Amino acid sequence: MIDTKQIRESVATICQKYGEEYWRNLDKKKEYPTDFVKEMTTSGFLNILIPQEYGGAGLGLKEACIVLEELSLQGAHAGACHAQMYVMGTLLRHGSDKQKKEYLPRISSGELRLQSFAVTEPNSGTDTTSIKTMAKKTNDGWIINGQKVWISRVEHSDLMILLARTKPQGALPKKTDGFSVFLVDIEQAKESGLKIVKIDSMINHHSCELFFDDVFIPDESIIGEEDKGFRAIMDGMNAERILIASECIGDGKYFIEKSVNYAKTRKIFNREIGMNQGIQFPIAECYSQIEAASLMVDKAATLFDEGKKCGAEANMAKMLAADASWKAGTTAMETFGGFGFSKEYDIERKFRETRLYQTAPVSRNLILSYIAEHVLNLPRSF
Amino acid sequence: MKILVPVKRVLDYNVKARVKADGSGIDLANVKMSMNPFDEIALEEAIRIKEKGNAEEIIAVSIGVQQNQETLRTALAMGADRAILVVATDDVHNDIEPLTVANILAAITLKEGPSLILCGKQAIDNDFNATAQMLSAKLKWSQATFASEIDVKDDIIRVTREVDGGLQTIDAKIPAVVSVDLRLNEPRYASLPNIMKAKRKPLEEINPADLGVEITQRLKVIETKEPDSREAGLILENIDQLVEKIQENVGG
Repeated sequence: MIDTKQIRESVATICQKYGEEYWRNLDKKKEYPTDFVKEMTTSGFLNILIPQEYGGAGLGLKEACIVLEELSLQGAHAGACHAQMYVMGTLLRHGSDKQKKEYLPRISSGELRLQSFAVTEPNSGTDTTSIKTMAKKTNDGWIINGQKVWISRVEHSDLMILLARTKPQGALPKKTDGFSVFLVDIEQAKESGLKIVKIDSMINHHSCELFFDDVFIPDESIIGEEDKGFRAIMDGMNAERILIASECIGDGKYFIEKSVNYAKTRKIFNREIGMNQGIQFPIAECYSQIEAASLMVDKAATLFDEGKKCGAEANMAKMLAADASWKAGTTAMETFGGFGFSKEYDIERKFRETRLYQTAPVSRNLILSYIAEHVLNLPRSF
Repeated sequence: MKILVPVKRVLDYNVKARVKADGSGIDLANVKMSMNPFDEIALEEAIRIKEKGNAEEIIAVSIGVQQNQETLRTALAMGADRAILVVATDDVHNDIEPLTVANILAAITLKEGPSLILCGKQAIDNDFNATAQMLSAKLKWSQATFASEIDVKDDIIRVTREVDGGLQTIDAKIPAVVSVDLRLNEPRYASLPNIMKAKRKPLEEINPADLGVEITQRLKVIETKEPDSREAGLILENIDQLVEKIQENVGG
């Protein structure tokens, strides 16, 4: 058994080296934590899921969750680097031996960054089967045309995973057939006409729009079987949801710790505000909810690591953890009162950051509809 | 050359110490414990000496409760080659005295044959600053304390010491006991591959009796109390008032 306490200690040490001011400044300037991500990679914590034969640690999702939880509870913005952990999963599970040998060791060493995946389009979100981006076969490769949106960290990535149609909608009997997955060299694609446009958004998440205009990618870019790419993308979603749930747990613990410390020291009417049950109770409630959600995250990660079905648990973990962290964020804002709005206290930054997980990577409503339909067997609503 | 590095498990430096209700010491139940920061610096230096090719093996030793295993695992993950845990007590509040620690380390030294012992100058819990000196006396080895720079050349270790007047550089003959100061280096954290490797490194567990050392209690803590809380300051209107106040408080 790996000592998870040591993982926490080392991750905490790295975070403390940078400090919260580092994240505050990046947020202000909308810059990317390049040096932080590099250090997290070279110290081995972002290649934790890559098997040892490809230079990673070969540990499970549970250990990966610990890394992201610790990052978040130390005040770092885990969203800036989490994808380097799991985007490679598609390549690992569906890539050829040749592709895996070529790319995984270099991803592991940090030489290549694979932390972007392009699925969402302006007119299709969770209804992934309605994407329109097309990959047309040529003699020696593929020509891509279409548009993607909310593609995060693409400017800070060397490679990206792309989902595109290789058959027009309706050409095959199964709705989920006719899609293929590609591993795209971003620099090459840019030379061939890929346009990347930044989206100015509420948090420093480095999201972009992509415009493919006759972009050529070579034959060997395809991952897995042609027309069977939909599953290859979908089976990475559980890992993503569980990992993001663990970030929410970290955020929640961050808010609770900050709230407790502030409530103990802030004096109004000559007494600590923490003496007021109006302040204490919400914090105590958030603490209980974070602890409960943490159990579901653990359960989902354990099932995932055992290779068992975990769709429902992954979804519930994400929803419960995101709800708990959002509530803890709101409580921290209440506890800090006016000072919560001051950038200097970092509460408002983390509050904005944790709000994302009400929406991404899958919204609350869609999780509820998944549980209603697939767990409770209620009639389909769409 | 083998290097021995004793590492103590202490209250984490970030944790606010609380005095136990009966005043017998600091409450250590359910609080975060870590490797004594000065020992971390000593270990880092040992690793650097080994990386330069001037040592073959680093042995980390910890003396105390069973949970010191964690501290040793950290030492192994940082880069020690193997570890020895001396279970000397089952009560985390029982601080093993410097002379006993020196006796245990002297016995381990005879058994393991290191030629350099690198220790923290003091533990941040009891601040004794005594073990290294006692150990060198026990072993009749050279000693150099408060090192802020270390250079090993053959059988000589050149140590720059932080003394009151500035820096003093001395050469000590190996075998030697060197205690390290804060500015010697910045300890590394354990990378994930090293945490993984540490799982397979040997951690031996022994009792003081195995070494023929008896745990004795020579010192008695009379009282432990928290520092007086800081009192409010005064705002004075002018220099004359300030001079007056100073005269009042320190005398003419």
